[in-house]
Amino acid sequence: MVINKISIAEQVITKVQTGDTLMVGGFGLVGSPLTLIDALTHHDAADLTIISNNVGEAGKGLGLLLRQDRLKKAVGSYFTSNREVAKWYNEGLLELELLPQGTFSEAIRAGGAGIGGFYTKTAVGTDLAAGKETKLIDGETYVLEKPLKANVALVRAWKADTKGNLIYYKTARNFNPLMASAADYVIAEVDEIVDEGNLSPEEIVTPHLYVDAIVESRLILTREGVVERDI
Amino acid sequence: MTSKERIAKKAAEQLVPHSIINLGIGIPTLVANYLDKDAYYLHTENGLLGVTSVAEEDVDPLLVNAGKLPVGEATGASYFHSADSFSMIRGGHIDVAILGALQVDSKGMVANWAIPGKDIIGVGGAMDLLVGAKKIIITTNHVAKDGTPKFVEECTYPVTSTRQADILITELAVFQWKNGRYELTELMGDTNLKDVEENTTAFYKVSEQLLEKRR
Repeated sequence: MVINKISIAEQVITKVQTGDTLMVGGFGLVGSPLTLIDALTHHDAADLTIISNNVGEAGKGLGLLLRQDRLKKAVGSYFTSNREVAKWYNEGLLELELLPQGTFSEAIRAGGAGIGGFYTKTAVGTDLAAGKETKLIDGETYVLEKPLKANVALVRAWKADTKGNLIYYKTARNFNPLMASAADYVIAEVDEIVDEGNLSPEEIVTPHLYVDAIVESRLILTREGVVERDI
Repeated sequence: MTSKERIAKKAAEQLVPHSIINLGIGIPTLVANYLDKDAYYLHTENGLLGVTSVAEEDVDPLLVNAGKLPVGEATGASYFHSADSFSMIRGGHIDVAILGALQVDSKGMVANWAIPGKDIIGVGGAMDLLVGAKKIIITTNHVAKDGTPKFVEECTYPVTSTRQADILITELAVFQWKNGRYELTELMGDTNLKDVEENTTAFYKVSEQLLEKRR
């Protein structure tokens, strides 16, 4: 039996349910699944916890969902890139959990790898380690960090093959391969879907077992900003 | 040359060829302008080893540095995901991190991620870099915009790490962390010791060599 993972954004996005925890790839808008986020703005799931390095930018990417009041909580490392986040946070409309970027990345990797937590030296002795368990290992103090997992991950890759193997483009890779490993259901948005066998096994970054659905991108980031793609 | 450019150039002079360097946002980004691009390997935490500057016509919106500025890729560059990138940082594989700061204090502590009274909503890779890079160089203006010293007795802003910064470079002077305190090892341009003293509340020692030179 051939499993067909190729889907349409508007259909597959209904996998996201109210109250879900969602991982969304991207460093700002670079490597952000803009087409899937757009589809989510037209779907009614609310009360979402978003695990993403940033909440997009003001009115762009995940910033659209913030404006629609669809987010309950954001977990990430740098919310300053969307100046509207502070306002929602101050008015008590959005919870925030701030993690150092390396801890954030590693927590997602741990979540995907079945690791129950890890000790890191990052943030020891700072406000971001307040209340967290510490441990002395070989004379150095480490802080315990828990894994991050999600119900659904929206990731952005460059190309997929029909099996769901993924390769990435330049610095648009960022958190995407990690998030593809750490959610129950993984949707990959790509610029191009090729027949299986057309990606070299050596170049595949995300093997197909992580990927549940593939959609073709419609919205892309260009020098002129976010635009509809000519197909 | 502006004072920021002078600071960046001085930071570049501290670097050993063929080292792996991570540049922060602001003055640190300018350091790249004073490096022989074939002799240094620039790492950016969003997932590239081999950052180069890029001409405006070659800008690729999906190729950026940690400050989300467009960059280019060097020959022999590599891309990797964020967890690998921070493994390089925390794992001690980055030789030098050059970072900005809001405050640096007498004990070598750096505060560069949060301002008290303002919302603490961004940290990025600052804490990982301070913990993991083999050497930390801080480049900053000597005083804040309101004229208050940034090189202070004890940080009043939240610290980024409990690890000391090895070198502090401002438009007035260069300070090196030696034997548990900062030593002023070099005056920038026509600065004199009194200028530094008047704009600093931190404790520091003036190096013997510098005192000798000025006798």
